[in-house]
Formats: sequence, C-alpha cells, structure tokens
Amino acid sequence: MSHQKKAVHPLDDLIRTDRLPHIWCPGCGIGTVFSSTLIAMKESGIDLTKTVMVSGIGCSGRGAGYINLDSFHTTHGRAIPFATGLKLANPELNVIVFSGDGDIFAIGGNHFIHAARRNVDLTIICVNNLNYGMTGGQVAATTPYNAKTTTTPTGNPERPFNLPMLSYASGATYISRWTILHARNISDSIQEALLKRGFSFIEVLAPCPVNYGRRNKEKPFDTLKLYQENTIIKNKAHPFELDIDFERGVVLGKFLDINRPTWTDMYNKTCRPKDLLE
Amino acid sequence: MKPAVLSGVHFITGDVACAEGALAAGCRFFGAYPITPATEIAEHIAGRLPEVGGTFIQMEDEIAAIASILGASSAGVKSMTATSGPGFSLMMENIGLAACTEIPCVIVNVQRAGPSTGLPTQGAQGDMMQARWGSHGDYKIIALAPISPQEIFYQTILAFNLSETYRVPVLIMTDEIIGHLSERVVIPDKSEIKLASRPRPKGRKDRFLPYEPGPNGVAPMAIAGKGYNIHVTGLTHNEKGYPDMTVECQKKMMARLTGKIQNNLDDIIKTEGYMLDDAEIIIISYGVSARTCHTAVDELRSQGIKAGLFRLITVWPFPEDQICQLAKQAKAFITVEINLGQIHLEVERCVKNKAPTYLVGHVGGTIITPERVIETIKEVS
Repeated sequence: MSHQKKAVHPLDDLIRTDRLPHIWCPGCGIGTVFSSTLIAMKESGIDLTKTVMVSGIGCSGRGAGYINLDSFHTTHGRAIPFATGLKLANPELNVIVFSGDGDIFAIGGNHFIHAARRNVDLTIICVNNLNYGMTGGQVAATTPYNAKTTTTPTGNPERPFNLPMLSYASGATYISRWTILHARNISDSIQEALLKRGFSFIEVLAPCPVNYGRRNKEKPFDTLKLYQENTIIKNKAHPFELDIDFERGVVLGKFLDINRPTWTDMYNKTCRPKDLLE
Repeated sequence: MKPAVLSGVHFITGDVACAEGALAAGCRFFGAYPITPATEIAEHIAGRLPEVGGTFIQMEDEIAAIASILGASSAGVKSMTATSGPGFSLMMENIGLAACTEIPCVIVNVQRAGPSTGLPTQGAQGDMMQARWGSHGDYKIIALAPISPQEIFYQTILAFNLSETYRVPVLIMTDEIIGHLSERVVIPDKSEIKLASRPRPKGRKDRFLPYEPGPNGVAPMAIAGKGYNIHVTGLTHNEKGYPDMTVECQKKMMARLTGKIQNNLDDIIKTEGYMLDDAEIIIISYGVSARTCHTAVDELRSQGIKAGLFRLITVWPFPEDQICQLAKQAKAFITVEINLGQIHLEVERCVKNKAPTYLVGHVGGTIITPERVIETIKEVS
C-alpha cells in the first residue's frame, strides 16, 4: 500500500482518467495538442456542459475518447458533417472537431471545404503528423515530396496540400498553424477560435517518430529541432507562403481572423419567416 | 408559426406525402443531397422546415447528408434524409454507425432500377437485400415498404416512432412509382397522431451508463449538451460507451443490438392479409408490387382460383413466423417484386419446401402487371 497522495493533474477533470493509459506512442505529438486544447477550453470560460468534441478515425481521432465531455468518435472522414448536424440542430453547442490530417483532408477533404464555405461555427483542430499513423505509416495528402512511407518506399512523388491556403480558399474565418513546441500559442489560438463565431481552423504539426520519423532519418529529437530552428512566426502571412518545406523553413502564426455571418445567421435571415425570429 | 401537421384532404405525390409525414412525426432536421427520384422530398421539406422551427441543409454528398442527421439526432432533434440507389450505397457505412451507436434516424430510399446509375427515373425494388445487409457486420435495422402516398404518410410517422422507440435506423423502402404517384392523401388532425420519443435517462448524471438497456432491451439516450458527458463510438463498446476490444464485449453488444429487435417482433412487424383465410395460392408482395397483386387476387377469385395476398408492411425484420404459419395451409407461394428475386429467397427460407415457391419478378423499370401474376399462377396451379 502506498501512502503517497494520488497525483492530480490540473486537467484531470476534463479527462476520462479511467481510460488511461492512452494509445498514443512514445514521442507522439498528439498528447500535447490534446492538452493544449483542454487548457484552451478551460481558459476560454465557455460552458463546458454545452461543449462537444467530435473525431473521425485515426490516432488523433481517438481524442474524443479521452475528453470527459460529450464526445463522438464517428466514421473515417465524417467528423465535420456529423459536427455540422450537431451545431445546426442545437446552435447553443460549442462544437470542436479534433482529428488528423488523413481524416480531415484526404477521406474527409470534401466535407472540410464545404463546411468552411458555409462558415459553420465549428472549431477544427487538425493534428498534422504528415502520414497515416494508425495503420502503420502510409503516405498522406500532407506527406512532403520524396518522403518515405510504407506505401512510398522510394519516396513520395506527390505534392502535399498547403492546409492554411486550402482553408483560406474555402472560406474559413480563422486560420492558424503551430507546432507542438508552441503549446502556449496553440492554446491561445484555440481559445480565440472557441470564442469566435465562425469556421476556425488550427493546424498543429506533430511528430510521429514511430511511423514517419523512423523512415525519414528523423530521430524524435531531430523533429523537435526542426520545429524550433526551421520555422518562423509570421502572422498574417500570405497563404502562398505556407507550403510545408523544412529545408526552406515553415511559416507559423495566425494567418486570418475575420468575421462574416455564420451558416445559422444566414439561414435565419434568408430562410426563416420573420415572426419566428422574435 | 405555420402548422407542422397540414390536416385536411390533399392530392399529392408519395414524395410530398413522405415529407409531410416526417413533419407530422416531429422531424425538425433534414440533411439532403439531390438524387432522382427522391429529390422532391428534399425540395418540399426545404420550404417547410424553416417555417415550423426546423432546419434543412443540402450537404455536399450523401455521406455528409447521413452524417449530418446522425449529428442532429445526437443533439436531440428528430432527423431524416432521403435518397435513391447510388446515394443509398454511399450511406451504408454511416447506417452501420447509427446501428452500432444506436442513434435514431430515418432514411428514405425511393428505389430506382440499378445497378450503378441504372434507370434513374424508373422504379424498382432492387435494394431490399442491401437495406438488410448493406453495411458491414451483423446488425439489424427496420425497413418499411409503403403501398401508396397515403400509406407513406403514415409509415413515415411509424418510421420515426420505431426509430425513437428502439434507437435504430429505420429505412423507408419506397420506389419511384409510389414516390411520383399523385393520389388523395388525408392528413388527420394533430391530436390523432401518436408520437414516440427515445427513452430518456433518469437519476444521477454521473452514474448514468449510456448503453445499459432498459426493460425492452433499449438503453435510455442522453443527448449532447445536457451534462451527461457521454462517449459515443463506432468501436465495440461496453455499457459505459467506452471502447472495449474483447470478444466478451463484442458478444454482449451484439446481443443487445440484435436482441432489441428480435425480442420485440410483435410490436415491430406489421403485415396485411387479403383473402387469406381459405387461400391455397399465396402471393407475397410489398410496396408498389402489392398494388397490382390486389387486382390479380380479385381476378383469380372471380375465376374460382383460391388466391390470397400476404403483404409485408414491415419487410425487415422479416415476418418469418407468419410465413411459416401460412406454409401449413398453402399449396404454392408466389413472391412478386421488381427484382430478380430478393425477398423471394426469404420466402423460400421460411417455407422450407413445405410448398413450391415461385418468383414473379423482373429487372426493373416498370411495374409488374396483374396479368403476369395471373399467368404465372395459372401455369403453376
């Protein structure tokens, strides 16, 4: 029997501690993004009873399973349309989508661009680890040119997405990008996004040493060094500058924060009879 | 606010009657994607929902349409989508999610002839097995087949009631012919429509187990934003809703998902008999095909042939017991459906060689005429 007092983490109340240990590998960056998200949720002062997390499938998609709030672990790629239904049916809910790059931008890419175009009031947090981690490290829509994965054993011949540019073109009203070394910035961004009415997108670069780093001669510490030395913070940077290329340097920051009416605002204005709005 | 129940006598299509049935049932969210011949349901409800306090959205594809209704239903709003063959195929994965996570929802399939793009503007009943087995894994759903615009109105209300009562996706398996057919539809007074709602949790929120079944095998459902801190996952989950990758948990979950349907068949299954009492030749049919069978039975009876019709109002779960019972009296079974033999296989399975079974079916595009049914029956009797 231990007489030591049970250690309490300041975020324990927001975590399903009875589900620990989690599934994330040693060196994985998802945990940092997850805890930064929880900190932002707490600090924002939003009503957490009315806050919902929706995930798709994948390593990051397990996020919804660990938060001690109403949470939905849906099908691969479909977190955003599921979240859209939640938000439209009950506009009082704060709806957060927490998922990975493969889930949101490959299989779910169509839903992302349309939810952004509609300006559905959602906060989208995308953990970008440059590959499909859950299935063992396959090429993704975000994998850099020439990078080795299990399905590109001689290197990736395809061009990766520039996610902030895609978000910008699709109509997002808040866009930022950080790495897991920038935990404070991630929390600040998520907090701003939660308090903002509109479609918000936060991309966070996170290492996947087990599946991506290992095949690309990047030791866990090397990836973090890249995040520190080969990135530059440039708020309001032009979307064209935001390709991910660590040789040239990766631009981080808050790129966009504008206001336009949300889907629900426009629906009420355009489709709802006036007498129902009073 | 405009009334949600448009009581009175109308002359409307099956598609419009379906939309009005949904509104009368309390549907307040519709996730749409246009597809012939189901588009008119979306078109009609798009104008009606905002005036009764509901929400309509046309999503970017059918996958998004069904995902959106699962989200909306999770927020506590009765939700529906409508589609046809190609869209129905796209919805399959999320029908499985709804079955596994027990999110109530109604999916209308206005069937057209397939496979693939097929005959978009012409009716068929070729998706009946897909309705039962289309998503991967073992699971159970409820599927209904309306015979007329009037019946689709009532069946849409029934679909919502069953979906809410059993927390299961309910499929309305209609077809292009009923969908586009204009007929007299009487919408009753609001007070005459009985509505069911999903069972709600009682007691302490922190002790609530989201998948602990109630007396009829159905667990109470907490909706999002009410402080229950539920976790919902398509992974195999325990009573707490947590993923549990054990054979025992899979066994327990599957027993619950299938049991809540299998143990309530008397409440769920609805069928209709026509001239069955002394029938020696029993026609089994559903949806639009059952309409032509009525005419065939009348004609055969006038010629002294003892024919009767057993109509499936509920197609899934399949009325096995009723058909086994009929197999004791019948000399032959004729299944009439617009496909190459789908429900026919189920009839064969239940009759178990106690009587010969025949199919009157074709590949889709037109109805099956009474003459064809009569001809076949005369050949075999």
